[in-house]
Amino acid sequence: MLHIKCPYCGTRSQNEFAYGGDATIKRPELNKEVSDKEWDTFVYFRKSPRGKHLEFWHHISGCRQWFKVQRDTTTHEIFKTLKPNEDI
Amino acid sequence: MPQDYRLDKIGLINRNKKISFKFNGKSYFGYEGDTLASALIANGVHLVGRSFKYHRPRGFFGAGVDEPYAIVQLYRNNETDPNVRATEQELFEGLEAKSVNCWPSVNFDIGAINNFLNKFFPAGFYYKTFMWPKSFWYKVYEPFIRKAAGFGVASIKHDKERYEHKYEYCDLLITGSGPSGLASAYAAAKNGARVILAEDKPRFGGSLLTSEVNIGNQSGKEWAENIVNELKEMPNVIVRNRAQVFGYYDHNMLVMSERINDHLPKSKKYSPKQRLWYIRAKEVVISSGSIERPLVFGNNDTPGVVLSSAAKEYLKVYGVLVGRNPLIFTNNDSGYETAIEFKKNGIWPIILDTRNNPNSEIVDEAKRMGIDIKFSYVVVAAKGYKKVKSAEIAKISEDKKELGAIENINCDCICVSGFWTPTIHLASQSGNKTKFNEEIDAFVPGKSKQEETTVGSANGIFTLEETLKTSFEAGHQLSKKITKNDNKVSIPKVVEKKLTKHDKFWCVPLPKGKKYKRFLDFQNDVAVTDVELALREGYRSIEHVKRYTTLGMATDQGKTSNLNGLQLVSDVENKIVPSVGHTTFRPPYTPVTIGAIVGREVGKHSKPTRKSPIHSWHEKHNAVFVDAGVWLRPRYYKQGSEGLFEASKREAENVRKNVGVCDVTTLGKIDVKGPDAAEFLNRVYTNAWLKLPIGKARYGVMLREDGIVMDDGTTTRISGNHYHMTTTTAQAANVLSHLEYYLQVIWPELNVNVVSTTEQWSGAAIAGPKSRNVLQKLFPNIDVSNEGLPFMGYVEGDLFGVHARIFRISFSGELAYEVNVESNNGNYMWEKIIEIGKEFSIQPYGTEALSTLRIEMGHVAGSELDGRTIPYDNGLQGLLSKKKDFIGKRSLSRQAFVAEDRQKVVGVVPLDKKTSIPEGSHLVKEEKAKLPNPKLGHVSASCWSVEYNNPFSLAILHDGKNMIGQKLFALSPLKNKSIPVEIVSSHYVDPKGERVRS
Ligand SMILES: [Zn+2]
Repeated sequence: MLHIKCPYCGTRSQNEFAYGGDATIKRPELNKEVSDKEWDTFVYFRKSPRGKHLEFWHHISGCRQWFKVQRDTTTHEIFKTLKPNEDI
Repeated sequence: MPQDYRLDKIGLINRNKKISFKFNGKSYFGYEGDTLASALIANGVHLVGRSFKYHRPRGFFGAGVDEPYAIVQLYRNNETDPNVRATEQELFEGLEAKSVNCWPSVNFDIGAINNFLNKFFPAGFYYKTFMWPKSFWYKVYEPFIRKAAGFGVASIKHDKERYEHKYEYCDLLITGSGPSGLASAYAAAKNGARVILAEDKPRFGGSLLTSEVNIGNQSGKEWAENIVNELKEMPNVIVRNRAQVFGYYDHNMLVMSERINDHLPKSKKYSPKQRLWYIRAKEVVISSGSIERPLVFGNNDTPGVVLSSAAKEYLKVYGVLVGRNPLIFTNNDSGYETAIEFKKNGIWPIILDTRNNPNSEIVDEAKRMGIDIKFSYVVVAAKGYKKVKSAEIAKISEDKKELGAIENINCDCICVSGFWTPTIHLASQSGNKTKFNEEIDAFVPGKSKQEETTVGSANGIFTLEETLKTSFEAGHQLSKKITKNDNKVSIPKVVEKKLTKHDKFWCVPLPKGKKYKRFLDFQNDVAVTDVELALREGYRSIEHVKRYTTLGMATDQGKTSNLNGLQLVSDVENKIVPSVGHTTFRPPYTPVTIGAIVGREVGKHSKPTRKSPIHSWHEKHNAVFVDAGVWLRPRYYKQGSEGLFEASKREAENVRKNVGVCDVTTLGKIDVKGPDAAEFLNRVYTNAWLKLPIGKARYGVMLREDGIVMDDGTTTRISGNHYHMTTTTAQAANVLSHLEYYLQVIWPELNVNVVSTTEQWSGAAIAGPKSRNVLQKLFPNIDVSNEGLPFMGYVEGDLFGVHARIFRISFSGELAYEVNVESNNGNYMWEKIIEIGKEFSIQPYGTEALSTLRIEMGHVAGSELDGRTIPYDNGLQGLLSKKKDFIGKRSLSRQAFVAEDRQKVVGVVPLDKKTSIPEGSHLVKEEKAKLPNPKLGHVSASCWSVEYNNPFSLAILHDGKNMIGQKLFALSPLKNKSIPVEIVSSHYVDPKGERVRS
C-alpha cells in the first residue's frame, strides 16, 4: 500500500485516496474549435510509461482535494506531490 | 503410560499439564508447550500424510515454518481449518487433526499406486497428459485430480470466529527474535525508537533456545529471556509472539498475521482468533534467520529422514527423540551439534560426514565423547517404507563421483544437514536484488531497496559473535537516524565454538543399476530426474523449470527445496548458481487464513449500511428492503399475503388514482454555492443554466468528456448564489468527485464550492392526482395552486414547526411534490404526511412501484443511463444546448454518435399482453436464426403497467427511431424464453406530459 503525501494534509495511506489518471493531459479550452484528432487525443490517448509518471490522485477520504503525484510506475517510488496549479 | 520417545529431564514443556488430543481418530496425550508434531513424535507416530503426486508416505521433516510434509486438517471448537502445519500448531486440550492427501486412509492409500506407475508422472505430466481430448478435462481429469490432490478441505460453514485488522506505525519493525533480532531490538529500543518485535513461534529466542553458547556469562537462552522481559516492560516497544510478518509491500508497509487464540481450545471472550497487522515502519530489520538445507539421496523422503536442526529442536525444546538409533548425515559442523545432544541424553548416534576429517572444535568434541564418526561417507538410500529401518551407506571418492561398496546400517532416523539457507523472502519481496554468496552457497540480500536491513544468519552471518556485533550496530544506527539519540548499549561477550568450512557437496550419486528417487521438493514431489528431464526438454529459465516441474510451487514455497533445485540446474547446465538466479519470492511467506485477510469486513460489515431517518417507520409497516447502493430502501410494503408483484402493483395504482408517498432521502444532494455557480452549472450540464430564476428547479443531464451520459437530476436555485443539486442514489459520490475535479483542476478560476448534503436532508415524494390536497393541508399558509407553485417551482415553508423545502418535481409522471426537511425531522415529516394524507387514501410506496411509474412514463434511469449511452439514445437530445459549450459536447459530433440509425430508447409490449419480458432480454428479428442471432437491442427495464394492466418494458434498440410498430422477438436464453413483442413509444402513459403540469 502506497504512502502518499497529500500537499494539504500530509502523508497518508493509499486507501484514503482514489487514483485520477494522467495529469499531463490538458483539456482543450471551452468554446474553442478543436479538430477530431486533437479531441480524440485528449479523450482517449494516454501514455503508459515505464518509469516516471505524473498523475492525479484525489484525497477522497480526507480533504477531498485533487493533486498531482510524480510516481515511478515500476517501483512505486513517489518523487514529488504537487497542488494542481503547480508544475514539476 | 510413559511415552516411548519422550525424555524426562530435558525440554521447555510443562510436564505438570497433560493434554489429550486425537490424530486420525486415535487418542494420544502430550504436554502443554508441545506442538502437534512434537506430541505425535513423542508417541512414536511418524506417518502423517501422503505426498502430493506419488502419494508416498510422509512424516515430519522440520520443526517449524519450513515443514513440507506434516500438513493436517485441524478441528477446533466445531470448526475446521485445512493446510495447518503440525510443526507449528500448538497442542490444546481436545485438539483433533486428520491427515490430508490420503484416500481412503493414511495407511492404505489408493493414490500410492501413482508411485508404482510413476513413469506416468514425470515433469510436465499435467501439461502433457491432461491436454486432450478437451472434453476429458471436466469429466475425467479434473475430478480425478481434485479427489487425489489438495491439502485439506475448506469449511463451507459460516466462520463464527472473529478476526481483526490493526494499523500500526513504528520506527523499527524487527522480524524474528533470534540473537540478531533481539540485539537490534534492544539497541534500538534503548536509543528511544518505537520498536515492534515480531516472533513467529510461541517462544522467543530463535536459535538461542537450542544452541550451546554463552552470552555475557549467561546461557544463550537466559540472555534471550532477560532481553525479552526487559523489552516487554518498555513503553516504546511492542513485543508479539505467534506473529508472522509474511509480506513486505510498497513504501515499507508490512503485514503480520498474529495467531491470538489458535493455541487454545476456543477463543477467549472479546478476543479475536487472529489479528492482521498493517505495519508502516520507518525501518525494517529482517532477522528471519536461516533454514537448514537437505542433502539429496535415494528415498530421502522416507518418514524418519529429518533436518538435523529439527531433531535438535525436538530434543531440546520438547524433550522428544525423533529416533532412538539416529544416523546423522552432514556436510558441515551443524550435524555434530545434534549428535552431541543425542549423546548427552544417552542415545548413541553415528555421524556420516561427507568431509575428510576436518579440523574443527566440534568434531574434536564429538570424537572425545566417543561418537562413531565415518568421514567421506554418504547415505546412498534410506530403507523402509513407512519409517526408516536402515540405510545404505558408502564411502565416497575425493571427487565425490564414485561410491565405494554399499554397506547396510541399522537406524530409525536419518538427520540431515546440508548447511544453511538464509531466509531472504522478506528482503526479496521488498524488491531487493539478492546476490549469491559463494562462501555459503546461498543467496543473501543485496543493496537495500526499501528501508530494510538484513542481519544475522538471514544475511549469511553464521557466527554468534559477528551476528551480535553487527545487529547491535544496526539497531543503534537505524534508531539514531530516526530519534537522533546516541545512547549505545555495550555488546556482551560471547563464547561459542569456532566453525569450520562446510562441504559444497549436496547430492549423492546413484549407485550403478539403482533408480532410487531423490527428491528436491518434498511437498510437490519433484525429484532430481524431473528437473533433469525439464532441462533435456529445453527449459532453461529457472522460472520455466519451476512451473514445468512445480519445483518450489507448493504451500511451503520451496523453503527447503529452492537452493538444491538451483544447484541441480546449475550442475546440469554447467553454470554457476548466480547466473541461474532464483525464482521470485512473493507474499505470503506462510499461508494466511482467509479469515485474517477479510477481518471484520464480513456480511453487512463489508460496506456501511445507510438507513434513512424514516427507516424504523418502514420496518414497523412491513417494508421489505432492498440494497440501493449502500442504502437500504423499502422495495414494497407488504400487506397480508401479498408478494412483490401484488404489493407494488397496488402501491403504483394508488399513486395513479389517489396519492402515494415515497422516501427519497437517499437521493444524492450537493450544495453548489458561489458567485460563479450558475456559470459552473452551465458548463457541467448540457442545457442552459444562466437564466434560471431564484425559486425554480430545472432538470439537467451531465456527460463525461467522451459524450456518455454520466448522471441526471434536478437542480434548484435556492438563492442568488446557492443551488441545490440532486443526483441519482448510485452516482452521488462519483458526481461529487467529478465536480471537484473540474473546480480544482480545470477551472480553478471559478469561485464555487461544492459539498455533499445527502445526509443533511430527508426527503418525501408526494405523488398522485390528490397530492395537492395533501400539500395544501401540510402547508396551509402557502399557495400551492398550479399558479402559486407551478411545475418546477420551489418554495420554503413551515411544516408544523419545522423548516421545509418544497419542490414541485416529479419522477412518477404524476402531479407531484418533494418535501425536504433537515434529517433529524425526517420521521416527523413522514408521520405528518401519512396522518394528513389518510383522508386522501395516501399509501407509502417503495422502489418497485417507483420503477413501475417511471418505466411506463418512459423516464430514463440507471438501467438506461448505463455508462454506454449518449443523450440521443435516451431521448434527451432536446436538452443539448447549441449555444454554449459543456463537458463532453465535442464528443457528440463523433461519427458514430451522429449515425442515422443510432440506438434509441423505445417501449416494448408483448403481443399476448401477458408475458413479462425478463430484463436483459435480447431483441432480435428472427426467433430461430443461426447463432449468434444478430442482436438489435436489449430490454433495460420491465414492469407491469398499472395504467394498461399488461407488461411493459423499456429497451435500447438499434435504429429505435424507425422501429416503432415493428414486431420483434425478445429472447432470454437464461430464462429460456422467446416472446413475440411489438415496439412502441417509450412514453407509454401520458406522452404529452400533461399530468405533471396539471
Ligand atoms: Zn488531503
